[in-house]
Amino acid sequence: MNKMINSLALILLLAGTNAYAAAPIEVLNDYAATARKENSAFKEFSAQRGEALYHAERIHSKGTKASCSGCHTGNPKNPGQTRAHKQIEPMAPSTNPQRLTDPAKVEKWFSRNCQDVLERTCTAQEKGDFIAYLLSIK
Amino acid sequence: MTRKLLQLAVLIGSVTATGWLLADNHKHGESKSLPPVSNAKWKTECSSCHTLYHPGLLPERSWRKMMSGLDQHFGENASLDPVTQKEIMEFLVANSADHATNRRSAKISQSIPAQSTPLRISETPWFVQKHDKVSTDVWKRPKIGSPANCTACHEGAEQGNFSESRIKIPR
Repeated sequence: MNKMINSLALILLLAGTNAYAAAPIEVLNDYAATARKENSAFKEFSAQRGEALYHAERIHSKGTKASCSGCHTGNPKNPGQTRAHKQIEPMAPSTNPQRLTDPAKVEKWFSRNCQDVLERTCTAQEKGDFIAYLLSIK
Repeated sequence: MTRKLLQLAVLIGSVTATGWLLADNHKHGESKSLPPVSNAKWKTECSSCHTLYHPGLLPERSWRKMMSGLDQHFGENASLDPVTQKEIMEFLVANSADHATNRRSAKISQSIPAQSTPLRISETPWFVQKHDKVSTDVWKRPKIGSPANCTACHEGAEQGNFSESRIKIPR
């Protein structure tokens, strides 16, 4: 009986902690829906395009080099570092299971970092390509 | 019996008093440590890129200016949704250096000229004076990086503890 209560408590606890977490694939599907709205010709996301976006380096209007990999490193499985010397957990969900599980957080960081790196907002196509790339990393 | 009870009472009383006298925080306004403060959104949002800076390290006017320019936060976009932004600003203001009553906050606040509104803690005269013996080479060490990285040397920084005894400068 006690064992049953314990297991039940554990199940409830686990269910509780995951109540608001989404699977990365759900986050990706939401971006697909938005991409269809943004562009009626939308077909699919491409991990290759996402990879190119992740590594692309451009010159910011401030004159400095800007890229995703600048802070997140050339390998999304590695931890990165902010300019203020704080560690950034790895981007690849295969190494960091917390990554891409909170849709609001994902959107918050795209909003900030697309401005910082590209000096514009990203399209849903670009966000989905980027996520597809991260999910393709085993 | 009464005598024993009396002895016990005296013992309890002296132990309590000693603890009270030894504690750093027993009297608000005389403590050097910044008071323990907490706000869940402040913790999450303000520590994803940098050290969680205690609100008692800058005056109200600095926090207000900081929180109204988050889209250009030291060269980076750190925008927040309006509800979160407001909650964090109110928390920072309520516990800012000119509202806190601990000695360290008072010193920071008094060190800043009235007409200036610093955004970097490291630009307050108090900080500059406290770190005048730290050379550029030390700041540039890989484990430190810059004056923004408080916790590199002050392990209690995020809890508001900057006491000399807890400083460890990494090689």
